[in-house]
Amino acid sequence: MNGADADRLAIEVKGLGKSFGRVHALRGLDLDVRWGETLTVLGPNGSGKTTLIKVLATLARPDRGTVRVAGMDVSASGRSVRRNVGVVTHQPLLYDELTGRENLTLFARLFGLDEAGERAEAAARRVGMSRRLDRRAGALSHGMRKRLGIARALLHEPLVLLMDEPESGLDQEAQSLLQQIVADGSTPSRAVLMTTHSLETGIALGDRLAVLAGGRVAYSAPAESVSASDLRRAWSSHAETAP
Amino acid sequence: MKTLWRAAALIVLKDLMLELRTRDIVVSALLFALIVIVVFNFALDPTPGLIALVAPGVLWVAVTFAGVLGLTRSMAMEKDNGSLQALMLAPVGREAVFYGKMIGNVVFMLVVEALVFPIFAALFNLPLAAAGLIPVALLATLGIASVGTVFAAMAVNTRSREVMLPILFFPVVVPVILAAVEASGIVLTAESGSATSRWIPLLAAFDAVFLVVCPIAFNLIVEE
Repeated sequence: MNGADADRLAIEVKGLGKSFGRVHALRGLDLDVRWGETLTVLGPNGSGKTTLIKVLATLARPDRGTVRVAGMDVSASGRSVRRNVGVVTHQPLLYDELTGRENLTLFARLFGLDEAGERAEAAARRVGMSRRLDRRAGALSHGMRKRLGIARALLHEPLVLLMDEPESGLDQEAQSLLQQIVADGSTPSRAVLMTTHSLETGIALGDRLAVLAGGRVAYSAPAESVSASDLRRAWSSHAETAP
Repeated sequence: MKTLWRAAALIVLKDLMLELRTRDIVVSALLFALIVIVVFNFALDPTPGLIALVAPGVLWVAVTFAGVLGLTRSMAMEKDNGSLQALMLAPVGREAVFYGKMIGNVVFMLVVEALVFPIFAALFNLPLAAAGLIPVALLATLGIASVGTVFAAMAVNTRSREVMLPILFFPVVVPVILAAVEASGIVLTAESGSATSRWIPLLAAFDAVFLVVCPIAFNLIVEE
């Protein structure tokens, strides 16, 4: 791959290996996401989707291979990578005893953002949480907490959005908001990598789809060229190879 | 460097705010320390000779075990909410998270000590205003909180975290507890002040080592 190709890549993963004891979560995974693109990663339980997100977000160290996010190596430039990625996980990653506003302001300040209060309000507005911002996070429903978790990930307007099954626990209205956020995230200067169990969501939100199995990319295709039945076939033929 | 301390200060403030709302850590640690002191006070016949021998040990056993309780709760709160991951996603070094959690733990332990020491002095008939105890308490608490924060981060990922933390923590922190017990004994029995000067530098040396090693260990533990 030449320099011009590398410049077009928001995420570049080559030969990524990651093990937890005897469990090999990722085995020489190769994958890339271009700027302006949304890659949806599908796969059965244990196929390595969450581990991939953790490595890209610098929450887990790769054992082998090279991983670059926004042009930076995750092992060598962890802080710079974190400044440029927003991460949405299964859990909203909030403090239950703090209000939504206090949670978002805390994380805005940890990101060193000016006018943290305004940033918190703007992020809450994007996920439709303005009116509930002064409620204790622990008193909110799972879906509302999940929305706040998405707001936390958007606070610093990241260039690369990493989302691990973001649609779980969201109602119909919140799923439409998520669709909008993913669309905003895949403008030419941004990129999104999203994992999901839902084939329909994967096709609807992704520009490209990849199915992980056994810690590797087993199938990859542009979203417009695949149907849910194609994906289901790819999924089931590789499900047995999960570690 | 400025970013590191700014982030650490934010984490300390967050922990203080959470504690003011829940009173989870200080109340449980305080009650535990008081129970230990009261039980020992009833169990032992507090003659002057015996007090000199056992009181410093009783004091630091109570404070250290209460500290373990607080350390476990402080890290469990982060783990159960998944919020430790959110802190790890901030563009600051992981040592900022370590120092933030560690300083928060020092503050909670000092609050417990400030409430326990006078009660301990009254029950064991010891001088209440032993100013020499302040540097001993500060240095010992710093050492205990440094090591405890690292091992709490490790133990919180295990199924039996309440048991795992003391098992991992006490063998490493024994030198700090020994030095604190010896120095407190000298202060409380009003022996020559210069005698504590042997133990204070030792405590400071342990703290210096822990403050360098513990952030590195914390970094390795929290990153999977």
